[in-house]
Amino acid sequence: MNFDASQLGAAVVIIFLLLIIGFAFYERARGGGRNLRDIPAFSRLIRAIGLAVEDGTRLHISLGRGELHTSRSAASFAGLSILERVARTASISDYPPVVTSGDGALSILARDTLSGAYREMEADEQFDPTQARLSGVTPFSYAAGAIPIIEDEKVSASILAGHYGPEIALITEASDRTGGFTLAGTDHIPAQAILFAAAEEPLIGEELYAGGAYLRAGFVHIASLRAQDVFRWLIILAILGGGILNFIEAWLQ
Amino acid sequence: MKLRLPVISMAVAILSGLALLYLAFFPSSANAHLRALLLGWAASLGGIALFIGILNLLIVHVDKLSEGGRGAANSGVLVAAAMLTFILALAFGPNFEYGTGEAYQIQPTNWLFRYIQFPIETSLMAVLAVSLIYAAARLLRRRPNAFSIIFLATVLFILLGNSLVGSGEFGVISTGVTSLRDWITQVPAAAGARGLLIGVALGTIATGLRILMGTDRPYGG
Repeated sequence: MNFDASQLGAAVVIIFLLLIIGFAFYERARGGGRNLRDIPAFSRLIRAIGLAVEDGTRLHISLGRGELHTSRSAASFAGLSILERVARTASISDYPPVVTSGDGALSILARDTLSGAYREMEADEQFDPTQARLSGVTPFSYAAGAIPIIEDEKVSASILAGHYGPEIALITEASDRTGGFTLAGTDHIPAQAILFAAAEEPLIGEELYAGGAYLRAGFVHIASLRAQDVFRWLIILAILGGGILNFIEAWLQ
Repeated sequence: MKLRLPVISMAVAILSGLALLYLAFFPSSANAHLRALLLGWAASLGGIALFIGILNLLIVHVDKLSEGGRGAANSGVLVAAAMLTFILALAFGPNFEYGTGEAYQIQPTNWLFRYIQFPIETSLMAVLAVSLIYAAARLLRRRPNAFSIIFLATVLFILLGNSLVGSGEFGVISTGVTSLRDWITQVPAAAGARGLLIGVALGTIATGLRILMGTDRPYGG
């Protein structure tokens, strides 16, 4: 039986979906969230959010510039999940969080996410539509637009989660200069290397997509982490199996 | 029964996502036309969203300008530049040409991008280079562990390999440096990058499926 690439893709998506649903029921039954690998960046983030609320300082959430009709949008959606959790916790603060993005549609979704979080926390009066801003539409104009917000608006912690290129170093540098906490993750591999050196708490690889699970966004987030783990092991086994088969084939010839 | 706006938004988002997924997995000439149509709609909506975003940006900076204080001058420059660009684009359009030959150079909006925006962004790239050197120097103080040392040593070695030493000016040393540089970039670095890419791809699928399932709803509040 021969599969073409699109049929294989459809099969992967269906199996992934079934795994998520299965793990979601399992996690709900056992209370969820136990045995998650420790990611210190998220523990420090939770502490930084608490400190910002207590100190009366602001949180800056930067969602990057991943356009929603491209594959880069997944990193933006992961950032929106983190924004939703952060906005709920910080909704009681005198200084509400400020959000920057580099795409028009993303800035509208950021505004919607903030508005929804405030409504859920019954703090509608705290919501200000100018909290979610489009800071620039090219990589460097985006960074140039985000830097004054970090420097001038009493920001004590910056959370950068979305699609960025090397320009992310300019934003982390600004956050460092003000002595603020920085957690940063992107889907762009060269930018992840830059973050390893430039960010206080870098999120490497798939850690960006785990934000919702670690910030308690629900069972489905934890279930999707478990499904990713299953698929990762399957891919590792496939790679190792392929390597061994190649080796045996070369050895037999 | 009265339907609430978030329910309608969720239905539209899920149906659009499922439709595009179906069209991607079962391609045909009829499907390709429908897919192009849907993506065209998305691009148009993206344009409108960009316009709304720019209006929002202008409102923020007009507010800052009227409040005065730190950064008000920068806000003034931003508002003035945005208005100037908007008026020029409105007056001359994107395809305005005056005379022949050097038309591109006198097309007003192109001129703005070519002689103002582009040099400013290039200078920011130069600032970025300095920022990266500073970040590398600070890494050992921030995370003094084996991984940081390996990271910095690899960066320095690859830079060395791309410099005069790697260009063949130093005989056997150059050959050794370039061979090791190529091995590092093609074997351990490529293997690590593939591992990260697999993680990103799995995260992308999981995020997309959560949107399709309606458990992540960053739309409609």
